[in-house]
Amino acid sequence: MNANVPDIRARIDLRFPEFSLDVDLTIPGRGVTALFGPSGSGKTTLLRCIAGLERAPGGHVSVAGQVWQDGDNFVPTYKRPLGYVFQEASLFPHLSVKNNLEYGRKRVDASHGHKVSLDQAIDLLGIGHLLDRKPDRLSGGERQRVTLARALALSPRILLMDEPLAALDLARKQEILPYLERLHDELEIPVLYVSHAPDEVARLADHLVLLEKGRVIASGSLHETLARLDLPTAHFDDAGAVIEANVAQQDEKYHLTRLDFAGGNLWVGKVDRPFGSRVRARVLARDVSIATQAPQGSSINNILNARIAEIRDDGPGKVLVRMRVGDTQSLLSRITSRSRDHLGLVEGMYVCAQVKSVALM
Amino acid sequence: MLLSEGDLGAIILTLELASIVTAILLVLGTPIAWWLARTKSWWKGPLGAVVALPLVLPPSVLGFYLLLTMGPHGPVGQFTQWLGLGTLPFTFWGLVVGSVFYSLPFMVQPVQNAFEAIGERPLEVAATLRASPLDSFFSVALPLALPGFLTASILTFAHTVGEFGVVLMIGGNIPGETRVASVQIYDHVEALEYGQAHNLSAIMLIFSFLVLLALYAWRPNPKKV
Repeated sequence: MNANVPDIRARIDLRFPEFSLDVDLTIPGRGVTALFGPSGSGKTTLLRCIAGLERAPGGHVSVAGQVWQDGDNFVPTYKRPLGYVFQEASLFPHLSVKNNLEYGRKRVDASHGHKVSLDQAIDLLGIGHLLDRKPDRLSGGERQRVTLARALALSPRILLMDEPLAALDLARKQEILPYLERLHDELEIPVLYVSHAPDEVARLADHLVLLEKGRVIASGSLHETLARLDLPTAHFDDAGAVIEANVAQQDEKYHLTRLDFAGGNLWVGKVDRPFGSRVRARVLARDVSIATQAPQGSSINNILNARIAEIRDDGPGKVLVRMRVGDTQSLLSRITSRSRDHLGLVEGMYVCAQVKSVALM
Repeated sequence: MLLSEGDLGAIILTLELASIVTAILLVLGTPIAWWLARTKSWWKGPLGAVVALPLVLPPSVLGFYLLLTMGPHGPVGQFTQWLGLGTLPFTFWGLVVGSVFYSLPFMVQPVQNAFEAIGERPLEVAATLRASPLDSFFSVALPLALPGFLTASILTFAHTVGEFGVVLMIGGNIPGETRVASVQIYDHVEALEYGQAHNLSAIMLIFSFLVLLALYAWRPNPKKV
């Protein structure tokens, strides 16, 4: 990857009587950045401002080294080299899938060539068999895949996605998520992804921006931000750390796979992927318990040496513990305050983290 | 022969008038409907009311004002005379102008409703797909509003065919020029030619019924869009 990718910058100050958005944000010009927050936090408005669908006078937007808005200079949406996926399927009902795909593509200035070919987009999203259909003959999941392919076929400099899975049921989400991952792995297009679903964010994002009431309360790498105890995300029921690991060993006898990461390894249920491939795993705080000594005769497979970095209250009777495993990896654990006192846990202490379950993504 | 030469001429003239008026209103009414559908301006209310006026105004009132404006001393009349075209009242083109005003709401309102039903989103989508506003109007808004245009055109055509008061005020009764079917029927009745009045009236009745039948029976299912 190119190290000199220009950052994405958005400075937006919008004030309405009942809502305001006051954001000054710099995010990396590559990978997937999730805009995460409760509804009404301004995620969608921010995305629309970046796309130019919403006008925020006095704001500044620059993407991929191009200034899209600054002072009186406002580049209209149709002149911005972006791709946008709306929350609900937004295919043109009067055009076939093929013509929908071509609608944007034939309007793109192709003098520099297309980075993404139409076939590549069709292939990536597995919609080759749908080309002659009209949108009303597609399922919800298929429609959203076509919408994604249509945006990709523009070879955009940035892909903006506004909760593309929110209108879909769980099964449809599971159908689309792998395609979004492929997109992440195979194309070097930065993605801004609006979501209020923690599992989607943990699965797809590299960088996380937390919004609340129109303000940015945190922005940083996914691992660091999800491991911070001072943010509201830490108090979610499914709070947890994300671990980026490699497939290191297959154990055929016990049907297990060993994943290595900086700081240790985890045994998980068999992962059918080649040696060395990257896997993202999520370890929820409620699935991690703490022992002061290496436990004897435990049924738990994964016991990691860790050092307590921070302890914080997490509602009545409960605390959240952030631990370091190795130099860079964080792990969260949610335990009772009774256990904390009983074990005498303090910051800086070396402990054993027992991981009861690992969710692969 | 069921119809006299005069009746046939009146029918042909009527169809000619209705076609021309519909064509003119498609061009004129569309931008008005577009503006009314999308503006947030204070002027939306007043302009909408003006467009709807012919729905409630007696045709004679409309015809009276048009007669004054287009007459030799009216502003439009002065202008057309200055252009060397003479005055419009009691000519076919005067009738066209009058009918355009008279049928305006029948074109604008269905098209405006169709544009409003499309909403902002498809146009935003088009913008994210590199379509300029004009481009997206022709490639997205028009095709999506097509059922509205069909309804509007049929209504405009039929309404123009059925007009009488305005014609009488500004068109008079000149064969081949302003004597449309409705006026012809009036003439027959005045002359106590009930048989001929019957024939022409029956044709108008059947025509009107068929037009409305087409409109109601073939109206596309709005849920599908």
